[in-house]
Amino acid sequence: MLSTVKGMIQTLSSTWRGLRKPVTKLYPENPTVLQNRFMGFPGLTWDKDIDEPFCTGCMVCIRNCPTQCMTATMKDNPKFADESSKRRKIVDEFEINLNRCILCGICVDVCNFDAIVMTHEHEESGSYRDGSRMKLDGLLEIGGKYQTQSGWKPAPKD
Amino acid sequence: MMQDQQDNQTIDMMLNMGPQHPSTHGVFRMELRIDGEKIIDVKPHIGYLHRGSEKLSEGEQYHQIITLFDRMDYLANFNNELVYCMAVERLLDMEPSKRTEYIRVILCELNRIASHLLYVGTIGLDAGAMTPALFSFIGRDRIQTLFESISGARMMHNYFKIGGLKQEVPDDFVRMVKDIMPVIRRDIDQTEKLLTFNEIFLSRTKDIGVITAEQAIDYGLTGPCLRGSGINYDVRKSEPYSVYQDFDFDVPVGLDGDCWDRHWVRVKEMHESLRIIEQAIDKLPDGDVASPLGRRLIRPSEGEVYVKAENPRGEIGVYLVSDGTDKPYRLKVRPPSFCNLSAIQLLLQNSWVADSVVILGSLDIVLGEVDR
Ligand code: SF4
Ligand code: SF4
Repeated sequence: MLSTVKGMIQTLSSTWRGLRKPVTKLYPENPTVLQNRFMGFPGLTWDKDIDEPFCTGCMVCIRNCPTQCMTATMKDNPKFADESSKRRKIVDEFEINLNRCILCGICVDVCNFDAIVMTHEHEESGSYRDGSRMKLDGLLEIGGKYQTQSGWKPAPKD
Repeated sequence: MMQDQQDNQTIDMMLNMGPQHPSTHGVFRMELRIDGEKIIDVKPHIGYLHRGSEKLSEGEQYHQIITLFDRMDYLANFNNELVYCMAVERLLDMEPSKRTEYIRVILCELNRIASHLLYVGTIGLDAGAMTPALFSFIGRDRIQTLFESISGARMMHNYFKIGGLKQEVPDDFVRMVKDIMPVIRRDIDQTEKLLTFNEIFLSRTKDIGVITAEQAIDYGLTGPCLRGSGINYDVRKSEPYSVYQDFDFDVPVGLDGDCWDRHWVRVKEMHESLRIIEQAIDKLPDGDVASPLGRRLIRPSEGEVYVKAENPRGEIGVYLVSDGTDKPYRLKVRPPSFCNLSAIQLLLQNSWVADSVVILGSLDIVLGEVDR
């Protein structure tokens, strides 16, 4: 009997402690603060010096993706012909099915050109079945947004 | 009179529990045969969450399989990644750097605390207490935010790589872990005070779901379920892997093998984990965490290994067969939850329907791992 009362007092006192500021937040109004390393959807980066994407469409990330959610094709780089770029090939089309992507970050690890990053983008919805297939321009957009937000720089070449 | 007695004859009733029952901790179905309030027989049905992880692994390269292990026991992702990485490392006959090992141990023990905190919350819910769940989730969320700042994801980290880590920990890693320790200790104490010696909780769990030491060994239980029955067996102590031999910690052991002992063992384990983290963070060596393999294709020579480690739920084992290609020939996981769940028939027979939820909760199963 006595211990029942004790337990109740314990619970009541914790209720009292619970009267502090709530730890939960209302979602759309107060989004959770993301950590710097947060991995959202993958996005492609933009080489501002040359004004073209870093990605060459080399397909390394595509072969390494555990869910096979991306496709890409490459084309001859027109800027290579007039020697404003060192990239012989450049990405032509790129598509990631964000519904299939498991946000594992393997594509970022294996890319040799720093062309793909895990952005902070994580809210995504579509009203039709293929709505989550993101094409090159969309990927470059979220990648570029991440670049400006986080001050991302390609790893120095040595 | 005769007529009356015949009318009062009871017949067994079939009661279907799950798969969408909130207290089966996932999609798990039990077919209970009950006589009044007493359970006569139980038939567990598993496989609702079967994703074929073992078979899928045969089609994935070695470094991609880590993502599958993340999703097996989704409450102890780091512990699962560790055991798989250790298995491949043994196949390749390589050793990660000391710093890597220490960081791995710190993260694994933090994950163990997070997993046990969730357990404390859910066992409270199962026994009818709402408050501990709310408080324990605060503590778990703190740990997950720490994980997010280290690995980039709250649950599916994919942070341990074969032979190393994905990237160096953030600069303020030591400070972050040191800061979080007292807070977590307070959270654990709070949930413990609310629940462990609470009169109502005691009466709900003491002498309920008893499994003796012999039975526990026969059924192949491991982890807190086995230690609750009084057997001192912890892979971290008996066959130390990684760098666990460097640390001084105790293995809490229960006495009676009932639900409360299993609960108590888990609560004490959280404190031991904190002790390990404390020592590891003090001794954290300098060095490189990058894998010496780099981006090279991992292609172990022919051979097979069996590696085991201590998961929050028990002993997880990985049997890996390589045929010399870049994909494993066979990968078999010994999941602790699955083996622990096999005792459910023994535990539930002749218990009350109301207790079945608590007994199932005290086994602390993760269905993602049971079904794989
Ligand atoms: S993102 Fe990187 S790895 Fe993938 S196709 Fe482009 S350059 Fe190649
Ligand atoms: S994050 Fe993982 S699943 Fe998503 S595209 Fe990259 S490799 Fe594929």
